[in-house]
Amino acid sequence: MGEGDKRFHDREAGLAFRMLAPAVFTVLILVLFPVVWNVWLSLKPVALGDLRDPDLLRFDLTLINFVKVLTARDFGRVLATTLVYTVSGSGLSLLLGLMAALMVHGSFPGRALVRGLLISPYVAPVVAVTFVWGFILDPQLGIVNWLGMEHGWLNRPIPFLSQRWFESSILGVRFSIPLALVSVILFEGWRYFPFAFLFILARLQAVPEDLYRAAAVDGASPLQRFRHVTLPQLAPVLLALFLFRFIWTINKFDDVFLLTRGQSGTEVLAIRVYEYAFGEFDIGASSATAMVLFGIVALFLLLMFRATKTRTPD
Amino acid sequence: MSREPLEQIFLKTVRVSGLVCLCLVVAFPFYWMILSSFRPLERMLLAPAHLLPDLGQLDLHAYKSVLLEHGFLKTLFNSAYVSLFTVLLTLALATFGGYAVARLRFRGREAMALSVLVIYMFPAIVLVVPLYVLFSLMGLRDSLHVLILVYLAQTLPVSLYMLDNYFRSLPVEIESAGLVDGCTRFGVIWRIVIPLSVPALASVALYAFMIAWNEFLFAFMFLDTPGKFTLSRGVFQMADSVHLSKQLVMAASVIITLPVIVLFLVAERQLVKGLTAGALKG
Repeated sequence: MGEGDKRFHDREAGLAFRMLAPAVFTVLILVLFPVVWNVWLSLKPVALGDLRDPDLLRFDLTLINFVKVLTARDFGRVLATTLVYTVSGSGLSLLLGLMAALMVHGSFPGRALVRGLLISPYVAPVVAVTFVWGFILDPQLGIVNWLGMEHGWLNRPIPFLSQRWFESSILGVRFSIPLALVSVILFEGWRYFPFAFLFILARLQAVPEDLYRAAAVDGASPLQRFRHVTLPQLAPVLLALFLFRFIWTINKFDDVFLLTRGQSGTEVLAIRVYEYAFGEFDIGASSATAMVLFGIVALFLLLMFRATKTRTPD
Repeated sequence: MSREPLEQIFLKTVRVSGLVCLCLVVAFPFYWMILSSFRPLERMLLAPAHLLPDLGQLDLHAYKSVLLEHGFLKTLFNSAYVSLFTVLLTLALATFGGYAVARLRFRGREAMALSVLVIYMFPAIVLVVPLYVLFSLMGLRDSLHVLILVYLAQTLPVSLYMLDNYFRSLPVEIESAGLVDGCTRFGVIWRIVIPLSVPALASVALYAFMIAWNEFLFAFMFLDTPGKFTLSRGVFQMADSVHLSKQLVMAASVIITLPVIVLFLVAERQLVKGLTAGALKG
């Protein structure tokens, strides 16, 4: 590299630094620093009241927050709720997204309109859509319960978002469903399927037409073509989408909080982070809970990468 | 009949009926939101399951009440302010940052492009408590400007990623010609890159607007003064007061939903292209 070249490169690097600095500093201060500070807080006995205490920066680290969080009497239940909610919520939104994409793929009149409509749950404000669903499912004023009562399908209104267990029996077999949790999961499917829908639809449109033609020539029926051509083509996207949705759903606070306040068996770890901090004023335990959440996500990512790695050779 | 046409008919039936069902389930809550916002409580109580709009007697009092009372206009203004500045700052920072990553050679460039997406994976619920503590200590928490900065940090990773991708797809020759003709880098960005990138910039703007306009968690945690509430926070407060009628809450919901949906329908195609491009290679 000549002298002039080098100077040109230095100048370019300097310019790049100046252009990137504002964005990088914003993210460093408002994303990376809080993450690191969260680790620090999780190792300190801090209450919301003693934030101004100089002890906040003293090096007296302890695991007491983690002990408190992990040995809480209902920790197991909250963890189970979190996993059920996350896996079913992500799975449902993926399944609905896949179905929607398959149905919208191909041309028909009004397709652009339908596509726009199908994306609206995802772009509307979470406050508005949780309120309207709360209203629709309301035991007194909600249309679902009114229709059910009027037509005699229901003996009494069902409090979809405020009852932990729903007892029922089909053909004499008695069973109970975690009602509020199921309602929240269904909402999750409704609100987030557009995300999967968009990505799957874009991928579907990139599948080479030749593959279908070749399969048709070989005598594959439409369903076989889906099974042996479409699905394998979609597999990487589906996997990536499940990964994203899992991470976002497990960390989701707004939706659950706005629908049920985390009551009636819908208390997930994200709600716990909030409850510890602003219900019990225990910042340390709150940060420790966030770390647990983080640990689960890390473990999940590790397992996913392992699983995909062992499967790639064939 | 052989398998092929049978399956064709079956699939077509499933497809059409499935699509109709899905559209109904998606559209109904929005329809019900609008309908209920025009229907007074007495009629709601009388016939809650009345599915058709009573066009003869549209009751506008909820909108009047929402807009004129409850400090709603102030809230609307706050949200517009926060969204506008989030969008402008996102555009400025992501344009320069994205351009640097896409076009300039410097050490750590590839690492930068990758870390952008890694950072995107840090969720708000992990950030909110440490940031709450930080800004409380500094005495800055209850402020719209802090909220703008927090939203900016949320929008930047994806915006940088989108613009980096887009700038890479532009032909580099035009820019070289500009540089040879004596334009500075900033001149090139201003006169050549930005005019060529209007679609990508529009989708970044829409994305940033959606985040700032819809965001609930940070607004809920950070803002204490009712005069500083954004829409999500304000409407939450409204709905929380028990005596308020559902009609009012639905009218408020319609008002906060409308701008996003309208903007989205106008620019949907661009946003979708911007978000899904590049993410689907391989």
